[in-house]
This record gives sequence, C-alpha cells and structure tokens, in this order.
Amino acid sequence: MTHLTPTADGGRTSRKGAAARLGRIRSLTGMLFVSPYVLFVFAVFAVPLVYTVWISVHRFYFTAPGTHVDAPWVGLANYRDVFTDPVVGRAFVNIAVFLVINVPLTVILSLVLASALNAKIRFRSFFRAAYYLPYITASVALVAVWQFLFGTDGFVNHALGSLAPDPSWLVNSHLAMPMIAFFVTWKQLGFFVMLYLAALQNVSKELYEAAAVDGAGRIRQFFSVTVPGVRPATTLVVIYAIITGANLFSEPYLLTGGGGPDHASVSPVLLMYQKGIEQGHPDFAAALGVVLVCFVLVISLAARKLTERGN
Amino acid sequence: MSVSTPAPSGTPGHTADGPRTARRRNPWATAVTYLLLALGAVAFLFPFFYMLVGSLRKTTTGDLSSAVPRGITGSNYTAVNGAISLGRSLLNSGIVTIGVLLCTLVFGLLAGYALAQLHFRGRGTVFATLLLVQTVPFQLLTLPLYVLVVRDYGLGDSYLGMILPFAVNSTAVFLFRQFFLQMPRSLFEAARLDGASELRILWQVALPMARPAVLTAMLLTFIGPWNEFLWPFLVTKDAGMQPLAVSLASFLSNLQGTVPNPTGALLAGACVLAAPAVALFLLFQRHFTSTDIDSGVKG
Repeated sequence: MTHLTPTADGGRTSRKGAAARLGRIRSLTGMLFVSPYVLFVFAVFAVPLVYTVWISVHRFYFTAPGTHVDAPWVGLANYRDVFTDPVVGRAFVNIAVFLVINVPLTVILSLVLASALNAKIRFRSFFRAAYYLPYITASVALVAVWQFLFGTDGFVNHALGSLAPDPSWLVNSHLAMPMIAFFVTWKQLGFFVMLYLAALQNVSKELYEAAAVDGAGRIRQFFSVTVPGVRPATTLVVIYAIITGANLFSEPYLLTGGGGPDHASVSPVLLMYQKGIEQGHPDFAAALGVVLVCFVLVISLAARKLTERGN
Repeated sequence: MSVSTPAPSGTPGHTADGPRTARRRNPWATAVTYLLLALGAVAFLFPFFYMLVGSLRKTTTGDLSSAVPRGITGSNYTAVNGAISLGRSLLNSGIVTIGVLLCTLVFGLLAGYALAQLHFRGRGTVFATLLLVQTVPFQLLTLPLYVLVVRDYGLGDSYLGMILPFAVNSTAVFLFRQFFLQMPRSLFEAARLDGASELRILWQVALPMARPAVLTAMLLTFIGPWNEFLWPFLVTKDAGMQPLAVSLASFLSNLQGTVPNPTGALLAGACVLAAPAVALFLLFQRHFTSTDIDSGVKG
C-alpha cells in the first residue's frame, strides 16, 4: 500500500526508514495471512489434544449441550482401566499383526512393481492408473466389494472350491485381521508404487553401471543399488504403515462387522468409538487415545532410527 | 535386510565410452516385467470390474459366472436410491467437499504464500507446526473433537460440523508453500516496488503461475472429505444429512434386507460413491502423480 518513490539521489536514511516500514507492514501482512490457518490448527489440533489429556484424568460424562455435570478428578484410574482391559491388549496385538503383514508386503510388492514400471515399457500410464485406482477410491465402496468377494458364498470361495477356508475369510478369527491387513495393503499399494517410482529417479544411473562393470547381475544390482537407494521411501512406508495401523476404523467396523469375530479384528480407534461413544465412557476412550498417540510417536521414532541407520 | 551398499569407486573412465550399449535388453526380462505388471493390473482392476458387473446384474450371486456381464439392468440403482436416497446423499457429500475445498484454497493459499514469501515473527514456528500436524493422525483426536463439536458447540447434523476438522488441508498448505518458494523473488519485489499490496501480488502475480499446484492441491483435497467415513459418521444421526459414504455404510450394515437384490444394490451404491473420484483421477491423472509425491519424497 505504501508508495516507495525510488528517486535517484534520495537520502539514504529516509530510504532505510521506508524499507523498515515496508518490512513491518509485510511482517504484519504475513501474520494476518497465516492467522486463519493458525487458528484452525489451534481449534482442531491443540485444543482437542489438551482436552483429551484433561478428559483422561477425570470421570467424564456426556452431557446435552448447555447442561453442566461435574467431572471429578480421578488421576490415572482411566489409564489403569485401559491397561487392564483384555480387549485393549487384543487391539494392540492386532496392530502388530497388521504391521507384520502390511510392511513387508507393501515394501516388496511396491518396490518390485515400481522397478518394473521404471523399465522402458509400453502402456506405462495405463499400469500407473490401474495401480493408483484403489488408493483414490472410498474405503466404504471397496469394503462393499471385498465383503462380497470374500463372503462365505463369494467369488473367491467359489473359485477355491474345497480349498475355501471354513469359517470363511472375514468371519474366521485367524483370518479376519490378516484380511484387513491385505485389504489395506491392496488399497494403498498404488501410492507406494508411485513413491518408490519417484525415489528410483533419484538413484544414480552410474551406480548401476559401476555395479554392472563389477560383475553384478540384475538381481544383485537390485539388492545392492536399488534397495539402499530408495531407503528414504522405505522409511516413509514404515511410518505410514504405523500411522495407518493405529488409525484403522472403517475396515474393522465394516469389513469384519465391528472388529469381529469376537474382537479378533478389533482396532484401537474402533475400541475408542465403541467404548467412548456407543457405551458412553469417553474418559476411558480419551485415556486410550493418549496411550495411542504416545505409542505412534515412539514407534515411528524408533522406525525412523532403524531404517535410516546406515545413511 | 539389505546387502551392504556398493562400493562404486569406479574410475571415471568406466562409464564414459559411448552410448549405453552394455545393458542389452534381455527378452526374458522384458517378458517377466510385463507379466508382473499385468498380474498387478488384474489384481487392482478386477474388484472394480466386479463391482460394476455386480451392480448391473438382475440377481447378483457369488459363483464364477457372476463375473460375466449378463442380463444387464439398472434396477439395482433404483433400489439403492429408494433405500438411501442417492441424490440427497450425493448433495451432502458435494456440499461438505466443496466447503473443505473453498476453505483450503482461500486460507491455504494465504498461509502458503506468507510462509514462502513474507518474513514475519513466528514463521519458523508456524512451519514447524505445519509439519507436526501432518504427522498427528486425525483419528486419534476424534473423541475430543466429537465432544467439542457435537456436545459443546452443538454442531451435530450440520455441514459446518462435518467440514470443520478438515477445513484447511495441511498437505495443501505445504504444497502451496513449496510452490511459491520456487518462484523468483525478483518478480514479487518488482510488484512491491510498483506499490501492489501483498494480497494483490498473491492474486495477480503468484496465483496465475501456481495453477498446477492449485489443481494438484484441489484434487488431493477432494479425495479426503469425499471418501471420509469416520467423522461424518459420528457427526450425523439424521439420515437426511449423511454424505454418501455414511449412508452407504449404514445400508451395508443394516438396511440391505429392504431391497430384493441387496448385493447388487450395495454394489450400485459403491459405484456411485467411487465414480466421481475415479473420473477426476482419470481426467487429471498427470496432476496426481507428479508434484505431490515428489515433494513427499524430497521434502
């Protein structure tokens, strides 16, 4: 808004003053521009984060808007309930099952497919689009198809004939959680294929040539040049998998009908919903949420350390 | 897991001789590559094909012949429309998605521009917060947000309540910031010397050049609220306010018995839910696969 007149021989001091004034205005403008975003982060992240900790150390009840009910301080009682609840334990074991299946499968399949896409091939954009499709499609729509495909009387069991598992995939307590892991791996694989494809562009061609000169075959090259070369992307896969695992909700809620059979595929977020909102114990759910945030932070830090070692 | 890193240590002479003739294409390797890619494509596309075929068949069964499009009918679409009123659900999904898009565009562009081109106190802190926010999974804050938004603010069954937690997409802010950062400073300085306000510079100088970033951010932002299930599911009890993902899920879990061919109707609903995102993706494929992912790897 201010008009700076750049006269050729204007006094040095006045120009300095004007520049300072302009800088101040720009600084104010900057703060003004980011303020809606800052306000948003405050309202949607900071306040809920503090609030969840507060709820977790009180006996908290849902109330109708406008009414007030005392929430007495109970210290760590909610946390004690969380840690002694067998279903919570089951939910965390299920995250582990999820990670054990999802991480290796994602890393291997997406790296192999990305390497294949990286070769000089035809129809590349078709393959790319095909792989990406599940990633951009709503879970609810895909769950509907999977439920039908893997149902007791579904296409997959018809194709397998007498080899079909009994009870069927989604209602089998040994297969329900692995099925969720397979579903999520399938849904998100396209994203990681693209991630690895981008990472492959950064692996220097000279490394391959040097390896070839040293007598390394294609497979040896893959393991000693490609795999270390895309390590940052692998770190991202691991961290992303941990976050997804901790966040599973629509898959156990819809695909396996509420974490069934008999909690075999229950997830922490589903449990937060069931305990907190369905059964009306928001304090328990808040404590579980705090435990989960800590769990995610610790595990992702550890994963980052582990996968980035050697760099 | 991986073998130790290679020791290239090659003298420069190694690679310098002529064009790359060393790695001649092995026909077997090519065949294996195509086989892998084709297997992958089948695994990814078959469920979509099956969804479409199942939604069009008069009786949808699970046997092997069910993958063949035969006896095409639109009756499943009519049936699911009767059970959950598709039009209304689509409208709700649309309103929520457009609300999120508008907020992200307006507030995200402002924030991205300020973070990239303006010096102000606290800029480093805001940027650090932006990165942090991207790593905290939203679902973990669902419960306190639910208490705040539905119980305290009384925003249950409202569009505002559904939009609020997604209003400004942090990934989009990050994307805008990266884009504006690459633009030459001199351009902005020149506009400032001409006396243009920062808002005008953003609108008339930066924005026209940022079109690809804006398109990518809009596509990314579209997918989130359109596909989102958990939050709108918690906030809406009134079926007339539910977005399609939520009403379809309630059809999946307890309304299926109300129609003659429940599986066909469910798959028809799934097709309607999937179609807009798939169509946008196919139209703007290029923008999905370049900038966003690159910035993810390098950033």
